[in-house]
Amino acid sequence: MMRRTLWPLPALLLCIGLPWLPWLPPFWVTLGNYIGISTIVAIGLVVLTGMGGITSFGQASFLGFGAYTTAILTVQAGLSPWLTLPLALAVSAVAALAIGAITLRLSGHYLAVGTIAWSVSLYYTFANLDLFGRNDGISAIPPLSLGGLQLIDGRLYFSVIWIGVVLAALATANLLDSRAGRAIRSLRGGARAAASFGVDTPRARTLAFVHAAMLAAFAGWLYAHMQRSVNPTPFGLNAGIEYLLMAVLGGAAHLPGALLGAGLVTIVNDVLQDLLPKIIGTQGNFETIVFGVILVLALQTWPEGIWPHIARVRPRPHLVRPDAPELPARSLPPRGEPVLSVRGLHRRFGGLVAVNDLSFTLFAGEIVGLIGPNGAGKTTTFNLLTGVDRPSAGEIEFLGRPLVGLTPPAIARLGIARSFQHVKLVPSMSVIENVVIGAHLRGHAGALRGVLRLDRAEEAQLYAEAARQLAHVGLAAFADRPATSLALGQQRVVEIARALCLDPVLLLLDEPAAGLRHTEKAELAALLRRLRGEGVTIMLVEHDMEFVMNLTDRLVVMDFGTRLAEGPPAAVRRDPAVIEAYLGSVA
Amino acid sequence: MDPTITLILLQDGIVNGAIYALLALSLVLVFAVTRVVFIPQGEFVAYGALTYAALDAGQMPGSVWLLCALGAAACGASLWTQRRMLPPRALARLLAGTLGIPLAALLLTRELAPLRPGVLVQALLALLIVTPMAPYLYRVAFRPLAQASVLVLLIAAVGVHLAMGGMGLVLFGPEGSRAAGFSDGSLDLGSLTVPGQSLWIVGLTLALMLGLYGFFEFTLYGKALRATAVNRLGARLVGIGTAQSGEIAFSLAGLIGALSGILIVPLTTVYYDTGFIIGLKGFTAAIIGGMASYPGAALAALAVGVLESFSSFWASAFKEVIVFTAIIPVLLWRSLRGGVVEDEE
Repeated sequence: MMRRTLWPLPALLLCIGLPWLPWLPPFWVTLGNYIGISTIVAIGLVVLTGMGGITSFGQASFLGFGAYTTAILTVQAGLSPWLTLPLALAVSAVAALAIGAITLRLSGHYLAVGTIAWSVSLYYTFANLDLFGRNDGISAIPPLSLGGLQLIDGRLYFSVIWIGVVLAALATANLLDSRAGRAIRSLRGGARAAASFGVDTPRARTLAFVHAAMLAAFAGWLYAHMQRSVNPTPFGLNAGIEYLLMAVLGGAAHLPGALLGAGLVTIVNDVLQDLLPKIIGTQGNFETIVFGVILVLALQTWPEGIWPHIARVRPRPHLVRPDAPELPARSLPPRGEPVLSVRGLHRRFGGLVAVNDLSFTLFAGEIVGLIGPNGAGKTTTFNLLTGVDRPSAGEIEFLGRPLVGLTPPAIARLGIARSFQHVKLVPSMSVIENVVIGAHLRGHAGALRGVLRLDRAEEAQLYAEAARQLAHVGLAAFADRPATSLALGQQRVVEIARALCLDPVLLLLDEPAAGLRHTEKAELAALLRRLRGEGVTIMLVEHDMEFVMNLTDRLVVMDFGTRLAEGPPAAVRRDPAVIEAYLGSVA
Repeated sequence: MDPTITLILLQDGIVNGAIYALLALSLVLVFAVTRVVFIPQGEFVAYGALTYAALDAGQMPGSVWLLCALGAAACGASLWTQRRMLPPRALARLLAGTLGIPLAALLLTRELAPLRPGVLVQALLALLIVTPMAPYLYRVAFRPLAQASVLVLLIAAVGVHLAMGGMGLVLFGPEGSRAAGFSDGSLDLGSLTVPGQSLWIVGLTLALMLGLYGFFEFTLYGKALRATAVNRLGARLVGIGTAQSGEIAFSLAGLIGALSGILIVPLTTVYYDTGFIIGLKGFTAAIIGGMASYPGAALAALAVGVLESFSSFWASAFKEVIVFTAIIPVLLWRSLRGGVVEDEE
């Protein structure tokens, strides 16, 4: 924590002092200015692409929104450059909201190529409208000035840009460490899981997009007042491609990777432009050839980017404050009252009937096993209950409210939490960060509060809850380990801790005991009994019959989508239909 | 607007659309089989056009040398990756494929180029020079990244695009070129005169599409490619080499790109960097078509071509804006129709 809060100070001193070192060639200062501007754009791409999994070739267009907004307003309307900064950010944010509303729901590669399309069309819009000065652009943009001092000298401007870089990095680090930032980070690998804990994933994607667009607009504003003129070229597709490759080369999933990538690409480009004509002698585009080759080779050597190979990247340990006040908990329905009733549930996939006329009721404070041979429709049933999938027919009622048609986040809000058959944890996050996603709906802080660090009290509460639930399931010692470093069985238990963070009325567990050792299974059974004692209703899909028979109060047996039997474990075990389904006839 | 102009614009649009359709098909193919968004396709168009133009002018095209270099690089890369297991027959095949073909192309070009052997031979020679570059690039640049994410493959494709674009300037110079068409004649249809070259373009496009259809429907390699596109792991499990599928997909893409270039260079001046924007329009069509459906992409490409020719008549400055913005309502419709997407890398 110390290291994190203190780094901006020396960084600020460096921003102001560095360019005045006597032996530093002015050319390096200029190069540093370009690196700074690119870094800000690349930081946005780390959030968007590295964390959110959204590839954008179009960031240069947002740079253009920022640069043209300030150019037009300062030159034609005579506004002060400082006044145009918030306007430039706002214009870009609105543009990002509009573009995002149209394109962000597309899946990965569609979206990536879609960004190419709108980036090209925006470029030609800049280049053909009188408002933007067509291909010539807008010149004579006033410089920034500070109390009468005009910031024209590259060394002065260096400080402006790099203070900007520090602010952008701080804001982004704060965002990523907040409730809204977790939602963005959960998009990679665990989007479906995140949605089932109440994360509004389209909203998280939009937030990442707008954040990256605003950073790019900030960079564009800095660029316009550095160059003092703008034209469409630096806002075209090629520039957008270059920003993206900076982020990917540096290491798209890591903030320092943005600086590394921006620095490397800018310097290598410059060195090549300088060096190659001297070696080869002729003027040509040799630098792009060499650059392209280096890029491909670098990706073949470091597909994750360079930063993870320089620094040993591990999740930052989270300081948990056990004294944080506990989150308010919901009151559970009295024992024995119906919690969930399913009537005539059907789900057809084309000709295949995965769930066929399934009906059952769960009562508060009982553990019910949903068992059946492979392909019986158990996981499909869970998906129908949690809103991931919609039933073809039938009704589901939870605490007197119909569930059919509700989205996964809405169902989570009512108090249904689940774990997954195929573990869905976010690989780049630590165990406790994954668990705290489960408490998403119990916090309220938005992105702005996160960026400004006004969410600390609430965050402490959420993390304290996550730590409590981790201790509850016996994994407190692993809180700060990367989630995927745990054994698969333990990862399932992490999923249970995450589900408990929702403060659920009903817990749906999909094969919780798979991959656990004998003693671990016993601990899990004890935990589930304890939860039952607290009034939580539990339904679990499980193949380990010993585990199921000893733990559950009742069983629902499915085969080929239909309910084969229902009753106490001892009775079900003797049911001839069940025996036939499991062992075949003439057994 | 009088009907003659409408017809002319429509005809222009269909011709351009045919080219975009070819490119869209090849992009869909490469993406489906290898997950590579094949950004350098535009360079293949330019290389095909300029190689053909150089041959048409009786010159030795510089791209032959690039072919030799890429062949050698592909040979080296394959020798390195297969160093542990390379039976003699496979070695012979590798050497023939990566060194033999460029050598044959080099010798043939040397003999034939000064003779100006006529459009057909020139076109075939240009195809022989440009097409193999694609599988060589696959071996050198993309095969080592076969396990990487779509994003990394995309950036690698950008790297290849940059290198090939720069190389295009070195090989062909900054001047644009035009070349003789396959036919000087024209077809009079009432008030409309259809140039022979346009008929060639549309005819060859249709022939190529039929050929591709036959390839995918009736040949073992074609079916293997389709299987790889549907399920990479499953294809491997039943013994289809994904590397081989990738190579075939890239070869087809290279062939289509080069052929498109050869077809358009009689109609318009092609520069070393002309291909990029043409390739992007192919992309637009491929996206509209859904990046998965071949007939969808082909139809969308025709629509893009027609839209382009009409908007260049009405608002020529905003031609590109209109073409690239046209994608947005389609995307919107698609996203409203489809459910929420889940990205699984």
